Amino acid sequence: MILVGELSLWVALLMAAWTTTVSFSGGLQGRADLVKSGERAMYATFGFTLLASIGLWTALFTHDFSIKFVASYTSANLPKVYTFTAFWAGQAGSLLFWALVLTGYSAVAVFTNRRSNRAMMPYVTGTLGVVSLFFLMTMAFGANPFERLDWVPPDGRGMNPQLQNPGMAAHPPMLYLGYIATAIPFAFAIGALVTRQLDAQWLGAVRRWALVSWFFLTIGIVMGMWWAYVELGWSGYWAWDAVENSSFLPWLTVTAFLHSIMIQEKRGMLRKWNVTLVVLSFLLTILGTFITRSGIIESVHAFAQSPVGNWFFGFLVVATALTAWLVSTRLNDLQAKAELESMVSREAAFLYNNLVLVGICFATLWGTIFPILSEWVKGDKITVGPPFFNAVNGPLGLLLLALTGIGPLIAWRRASVTNLKRQFTWPVAFGVTVFVALLALGMRDPYALISYLLAGFVFGTIIQEFVKGIGARQRMYGEGLVPASLRLIARNRRRYGGYIVHFGVVVLFCAFAGLMFKKDLTATIKTGESIKATDAYGHEWEFVSQGISAYDQLNRQVVAVAFDVTRDGKRMGILSSEKRQHVNSLGEPTFEPSTEVGILESPKQDVYLVFTGAVDKDTAAVHIHFNPLVWWVWFGGLIMAFGGLIVMWPQAQRAERESGYVAEIPMERDRLATAGTGVGAGA
Amino acid sequence: MKARNKFLLGGVLVLGTAGYLMATSIDETATYYLTPSELAGKVAANPRFVQNGVKVGARVVSGTIVRDPGGRELTFRMTDGAHTYDVHYRGVAPDTFTDGVDVVVEGRLDASGTFQATTLLAKCASRYENAPEKYQQTPGYQQGTAATPSA
Repeated sequence: MILVGELSLWVALLMAAWTTTVSFSGGLQGRADLVKSGERAMYATFGFTLLASIGLWTALFTHDFSIKFVASYTSANLPKVYTFTAFWAGQAGSLLFWALVLTGYSAVAVFTNRRSNRAMMPYVTGTLGVVSLFFLMTMAFGANPFERLDWVPPDGRGMNPQLQNPGMAAHPPMLYLGYIATAIPFAFAIGALVTRQLDAQWLGAVRRWALVSWFFLTIGIVMGMWWAYVELGWSGYWAWDAVENSSFLPWLTVTAFLHSIMIQEKRGMLRKWNVTLVVLSFLLTILGTFITRSGIIESVHAFAQSPVGNWFFGFLVVATALTAWLVSTRLNDLQAKAELESMVSREAAFLYNNLVLVGICFATLWGTIFPILSEWVKGDKITVGPPFFNAVNGPLGLLLLALTGIGPLIAWRRASVTNLKRQFTWPVAFGVTVFVALLALGMRDPYALISYLLAGFVFGTIIQEFVKGIGARQRMYGEGLVPASLRLIARNRRRYGGYIVHFGVVVLFCAFAGLMFKKDLTATIKTGESIKATDAYGHEWEFVSQGISAYDQLNRQVVAVAFDVTRDGKRMGILSSEKRQHVNSLGEPTFEPSTEVGILESPKQDVYLVFTGAVDKDTAAVHIHFNPLVWWVWFGGLIMAFGGLIVMWPQAQRAERESGYVAEIPMERDRLATAGTGVGAGA
Repeated sequence: MKARNKFLLGGVLVLGTAGYLMATSIDETATYYLTPSELAGKVAANPRFVQNGVKVGARVVSGTIVRDPGGRELTFRMTDGAHTYDVHYRGVAPDTFTDGVDVVVEGRLDASGTFQATTLLAKCASRYENAPEKYQQTPGYQQGTAATPSA
């Protein structure tokens, strides 16, 4: 099976080359037989990539240590689940995983569009063929997962202990699923640009894939934050590291696109902008991969410094040049069909939302590549740290939060004074109430106060929208509260799913602002002694050391410290943190020791314990953090993903007609209904 | 004024603010990222350079790590082969900080020539990606003793 897998890799490569060649020539010569052949070859590319993947999994599970990849990332005593996830734990395997998802997505996109968009499909298939070919070649010639060692080690090196964590098992594939999904909209954009079919119809398929991308990127990013928080022991979840930023950049452009596409659907505006966002999202994923894998920018992620980086750089340059040329030669075909009529309109609010999202994207990109730029220009490598990103993205983020509230409330085209009064009175009042209440409670941090003011306002807008919608259904259909709420969401998935996403964003901002009030302390403590501390809420905490214990466990040696924790005299339980030394099946130590932190989690705050070392056999050095509201980061991420799921869930055409409570323009509605795009979903 | 122009004006305002924030924050938060040799070069060119905060990327000289019993303070030597500096760090060292790893320290060089680090990041080549060619050559491994990566 391993040999079959290895050979399949080369067959997949040939198939991708065939897809590319016949799809493009079929499209150019208008030959349906070639186009058909190209589509079939795309399916075959996926089939053989899948075979190659099964081959690698076989090698991992049979512990074939003659294969470099298997020897580098697994050992005979590695738990089964991590033997499975070792597939994407290193450069070569993760490239194969990438190719697997890419060709899988491509096959699905080609299959679901085999009867629609006929004119542009050959170019869509061809573009997907090129991208697949690139990844397969990078792998085959740059980092081949089947590469053999010229000797067979008795056991593999095992997996880095920090990767042996459920978060790390799931975070990379989620991120990849999101990253790679941008290739499909990109391919459609190229198809539409080449054939000059730049009306709204290609956007239907594009929007679905952009949503898939957004959904998985959101989950992947939040999971990465969670992993960093529970596994790395620094008590934070976001450090503006170059590799973190690389995942954030396409998320921003995809989010911008999902908003601005509504303006194109409703008003025929922003056509150039939307094509640009689609192309940019894909190019940013390639740039991110380049940054991650070339080691060109200092990052704690320290992925491989390998020649693969050059491949990505080359691809990035060629793809950027080609798409820039394509877009610039088709500007006339991308003329807007309507003009902005008023500054006080939903269009304007969405335009600003896009500007801010792209602004954050640009600032983040700038800060990330600044060391390279400064080295080129001045010869000195100059880096910027988290203060830069916070200083720029903090205010922009708050502006974005405000727009999250304004956008859905304001009328299309031109809002009247009545409209503004009717829509904004309650939400603004709610935000101000929150602000005054917090001020009265003694909160003085301006950043936190503004965050909560805006969060209250946006939360008010969301509640108001639901109340109005549910009320309308109750009046129109005489439904009870629960069926009315459920049907309201079910019949307007885009609109109300979108509001749920916004609610998740509000929760996230509240959680981010909570970190303004974090506290921490370090202590050296003997068994039986206690540490006392006061948190930001004024609670008195006491930690009584239960001593240090040392024992062997599964594939590691553990030294642990435990504390009996009380809050205001009430017992909260035992909190412990471990130092681990992983060993291989021969009992030899592998990797550096790692720390397992102890977290006492609650919606109010996390008590985060880090064992920093044993001074002697009963004296432990510890670092204790009080992190307010961190729990809400994970919860907010979950809400966002849930909202995204509702938006993505397919909706029958019939249901859309009775959506009822939607402000829209009848003329546009008819045009769009014939184009088959989702109508009846406002926000 | 037409709505389009108003929007453009607002857009310029938004982007202008972003640009202003970026320009000012870059000045405030930018730090040199140097190798020990580059740091030595800067000091040779301008003796007052010791006052500035910088980041230095180097390798920990094996056997030079001295920790205080509490684990919250340590000294070690870092090098890039050509130049070597003593480092004093106050804080909790990351797990990956061991002999021979690549580190990034941030802080300042004091007048006595010791680098006073306020942050310490350890970067291990083995963290997510091993270098099997190197580890294959590690003699200890094949003899069945320690599998410490040579990084």
